Amino acid sequence: MSKLEFEKPILELEAKIAELRNVSGEDKLNIAEEINRMQSKIERLLTQTYNKLTPQQKVLVARHQERPHFVDYMSGFIEDFTPLAGDRHFAEDNALLGGLGRFRGRSCVIMGHEKGNDTESRIKHNFGMARPEGYRKAQRLMHMAEKFNLPVITLIDTAGAYPGVGAEERGQAEAIARSMQVCLRIEVPIISVIIGEGGSGGAIAIGVADRVYMLENSIYSVISPEGCASILWRSASHADDAAAALKMTAQDLYQLKLIDGIIPEPLGGAHRAKDKTIENVAIQIEKALNDITPWDGKKLKQARHEKFLKMG
Amino acid sequence: MNWLTNFIRPKIRSFVEQKEMPDNLWQKCTSCEGMLFHRDIKEHDNVCYHCGFHMKVAVDERLKMMFDDGQYEEVTLPKVSHDPLKFKDRKRYADRIKESRAKTGREDAIIVARGTMGSLPVVIAAFDFSFMGGSMGAAVGEGIVAAAKTAVHDGAALIVIPASGGARMQEGMLSLIQMPRSIIAVEQVKEAGLPYVVLLTDPTTGGVSASFAMVGDIHIAEPGCTIGFAGKRVIQETIREDLPEGFQTAEYLMAHGMVDMVVPRKELRATLIRIFDLLFCQSKDVDTGDGQGTKATTARVKKSGKKEKRASSASGKKSSHIVKLEGGVKIEKPVNTNKPSPKGKTKKAG
Ligand SMILES: [Zn+2]
Repeated sequence: MSKLEFEKPILELEAKIAELRNVSGEDKLNIAEEINRMQSKIERLLTQTYNKLTPQQKVLVARHQERPHFVDYMSGFIEDFTPLAGDRHFAEDNALLGGLGRFRGRSCVIMGHEKGNDTESRIKHNFGMARPEGYRKAQRLMHMAEKFNLPVITLIDTAGAYPGVGAEERGQAEAIARSMQVCLRIEVPIISVIIGEGGSGGAIAIGVADRVYMLENSIYSVISPEGCASILWRSASHADDAAAALKMTAQDLYQLKLIDGIIPEPLGGAHRAKDKTIENVAIQIEKALNDITPWDGKKLKQARHEKFLKMG
Repeated sequence: MNWLTNFIRPKIRSFVEQKEMPDNLWQKCTSCEGMLFHRDIKEHDNVCYHCGFHMKVAVDERLKMMFDDGQYEEVTLPKVSHDPLKFKDRKRYADRIKESRAKTGREDAIIVARGTMGSLPVVIAAFDFSFMGGSMGAAVGEGIVAAAKTAVHDGAALIVIPASGGARMQEGMLSLIQMPRSIIAVEQVKEAGLPYVVLLTDPTTGGVSASFAMVGDIHIAEPGCTIGFAGKRVIQETIREDLPEGFQTAEYLMAHGMVDMVVPRKELRATLIRIFDLLFCQSKDVDTGDGQGTKATTARVKKSGKKEKRASSASGKKSSHIVKLEGGVKIEKPVNTNKPSPKGKTKKAG
């Protein structure tokens, strides 16, 4: 599962290498040479492919199941991660996780969408689609960050807020609106990184930040390309046209001055080198925090407002 | 076909149709299918007088029915870059915009107007649903920012009246960031201590409901209007179940705690005036307990110096107080301020 069609030649070579490695006996030297040759071919192919990914191919990379997820980042660069649960009104929402932790020496509040990585955990995390409780928990954690003067780090990776009857009944719209409002009100730094999919209101709900970064192959959009295509082209088969037209890639959005920077992914995408990707994200967050610290909460908040007012 | 049929005839026809053709004099209610006479529809503010169904109202009609004597001044909105993405689906966005402009005679899907309601200063930002479904792009976002600024400048209450399917996807992320931008705008109104009221009309969904529309001091909805985040079809496709009766209606939202009140159109103006009167004029006919009482109407004193003109007057005499707002809106309000305390409450004598 989760094979990328345009990676097919690469995946075939990778499979061959695996096969060769299993071959035992005789011609060891020749095999090693063959493997080397194939590996450099893979690299060439990866460079070629990833240098000219189409927007819709980026969408697929951004959604790749092997991409590092929120929990990977927590174990990757957060020490003493202490998850905190519940919105204190109705429920705990496992689609949006958060808590206290230590990032490179500093205490902070971290939160983000978690999609899960197998059938069971995907269901547990509702495929990263949060309900109002998730956004209300986010608000609670942001308020707590402000109380203790801690920076907030948010990692965004969601197809969107969950569309369900219960979610609507309990005020999905209000929860998202209020979450942005809290982002705009708190007088501590907020750093956001779109690590995979930045899906509409469910993403920006925790993405109104002092610094917003996107991983090289992540996407951020007002609507999914499939959704947009089925409305404007009257057919989801035009998703690639929609993906291009919506300008949802990190590169497009940086050019439009809607994000503050692009975090590079290792050759062949984050799903090929989780640790390196996580490290790159950590480096960028640390830079941003160093840049903001020490902060004057009032000025920080003011600058955040001005930053968004200037956009568009 | 000749010159006559091509040119003259259509003109005559449209003239005739508008004025005399019985087809146009009668309209069917989209809810109960009852026949409605055009003059009666107007008199009932586009509410069906058989079943009470609230039909859509043209945005200028809406403004007229809100402001005192139907008088208001439109606020000129800043120009924004249209079609920043050069978006093209089966049609160019630039062309869609042009068509909507030709159809509506407006720049985009929002109007901002200032005037008075019950003699109190009010700024209204109203969505025009007939302009691309009232969708929110940069121009609409900028309109809300301008409305908030005007309200703060005038010391006025802000009413936003959404009628929108949500974000304008042809502007991509530039439409999504209007969600936080519109919230920043209404935060400024709140920080100035001024009332921010959302009047939810049909429909208020998607990115519009999930931003400024859900953070009002007071949420008023028109009966039966659709309010929600996700579209009904999307929800149905996700859960594969029937939706509950009345799902995402104003009444449903009220029952679930998201709306303060559902108010029929004919009572809207009076309701809003009562609310603003309660919020702006915080002390009236207060019995001071000394047997004399006061007859005080004290407008709320707010931070900016401008409003104090309206708020305080040294003499205890009842006087007609006129504040001239920029743009020529006059506010007449009988003011009698008997020793107002700094907070605008009437002091107890002795
Ligand atoms: Zn009817």
